[in-house]
Amino acid sequence: MADTQSVIAGARSDRKANVYEIIDQLLTDFFELHGDQVSGDDSAVVTGLAKLSGHPVAVIATQKGNNLEERMATHFGSPEPMGYRKSLRVMKLAEKLNFPIITLINTPGAYPGADAEASGQGQMIAKNISEMLKLKVPILTLIIGEAGSGGALALACSDQIWMFENSMYSVLSPEGFASIMWKNAHLADKAAKLMRLTPDWLLKQHAIHRIIPESMLADGTLKIAMTGAIRTLSHQDPTERLSNRAAFFRRF
Amino acid sequence: MSFGEHVKRFSSRSVSMLKHYQAKVPSGIWQECPRCHAGFYFKRAGQYRVCPECGYGFRVTAHRRLKMLTKHFEEWDADLETKDPTEFPEYDRKIKKAQSMTHLKDGVLTGKAAIGDYPAAFGIMDPLFIMGSLGTANGERITRMFEKATQQQLPVILLTASGGARMQEGIFSLMQMAKISQAVNTHSAAGLAYISVIMDPTTGGVTASFASQADITLAEPKALFGFTGKRVIEQTINKQLPNDFQSVENSYKRGFIDEIVPREHMAERLSQLLNIFEAQKWGED
Repeated sequence: MADTQSVIAGARSDRKANVYEIIDQLLTDFFELHGDQVSGDDSAVVTGLAKLSGHPVAVIATQKGNNLEERMATHFGSPEPMGYRKSLRVMKLAEKLNFPIITLINTPGAYPGADAEASGQGQMIAKNISEMLKLKVPILTLIIGEAGSGGALALACSDQIWMFENSMYSVLSPEGFASIMWKNAHLADKAAKLMRLTPDWLLKQHAIHRIIPESMLADGTLKIAMTGAIRTLSHQDPTERLSNRAAFFRRF
Repeated sequence: MSFGEHVKRFSSRSVSMLKHYQAKVPSGIWQECPRCHAGFYFKRAGQYRVCPECGYGFRVTAHRRLKMLTKHFEEWDADLETKDPTEFPEYDRKIKKAQSMTHLKDGVLTGKAAIGDYPAAFGIMDPLFIMGSLGTANGERITRMFEKATQQQLPVILLTASGGARMQEGIFSLMQMAKISQAVNTHSAAGLAYISVIMDPTTGGVTASFASQADITLAEPKALFGFTGKRVIEQTINKQLPNDFQSVENSYKRGFIDEIVPREHMAERLSQLLNIFEAQKWGED
């Protein structure tokens, strides 16, 4: 079993920073949609329509970026309120068109900026969580790298939550956790050991549904697994699917 | 005795007398408001514990806050207690200390209350229970409050005060946000009203879920209301922020709050809202 440090290193690997590559490996005919139709376009959230094994889906993903310039623009994959608004807009579109939704998550959390805060970061996350739990279409989430705090949960109130073998899901980033507990972000290593953010522990607690070896992305078996899971979800009655989704979170 | 000795005796006596009196003044008699920094004799804060200068409402226990709002209260789920799901070191000791300070098993008080003449499901988070942080036990208690309110067709009033997710409960704490949001959705879908009251402080995962999902959002004056901690934002943008950056007054200006209500008028304003919700609907007469 992988230790915490190597899971974190794997989760934060540069190889995962460009979500467009992962979208290309999983989906075809990707058509990107831009803007929240209120205030702007957040490049930390990539949204669009595409096909999975020939069937239509909507995809919502967080993006860190290839180089420093891109990563500055996305705040290292940390969405702003307009990013959450954009994702909600595309989720609603998917519901209207009856397309299943795939979310791909790699974010340390929502962006802690002054403007983001003032324009309602907390309120937008609250709204996303609430609306996602009501969406009538199937939702599958794959955590590819980091998934921290409410900023990740706002894209992960789903029917199926999968994690790459080397990815992490936690109440806060280890740095934030150390900053709150001991007022020192440099104690992140110590925090990470206490935080139990590894996929194997989370699976044991039934906080996620499945761990995905990363080799499944390259060899095409992940695509087959996703197609199968979405097909199964699509055959469920929407009422049953929604009550299963609610029951999953009710257990905690 | 020389004049010099006189002076010496006089001054040394007065210092020792001052020390004597100082020891007799109990701490807490003189209070300072954390918002406007006015100092005042503690009794001037009155039974509502409000700063006489700026109106800030001091942090008080949930039990004390309840007494300020109603005499009619039937408690629900008082025995829910955390099972320490991540086996976090020293956590049980912290819980015991918080329990003895607040007389609660975890950081929220819930039940059925009458506000004015109207019944409502009623919850008060306790800022003195590990900063009112959201864990499995108070998360469950809030969830059950919404579920019972849905079954009994009651509106919900929830006074929030929280530092956010409880770090010691890790992912379980994060999941409370989804769990409670689901219960809020079900309550809302039944056509019932939910009023949240933002108390000082309301932050983090509580802001990013049920505190921001109400139909009507009231707030106490000068309360802190935000998502990310101010210190973290300042470190991120490398700039000092004004002290009132995350005040409810600013949130009100930005359109996130319906009304800021002084503590002494809260019961009255809540009962005015309940009065409208309870009125007989059109076509039902």
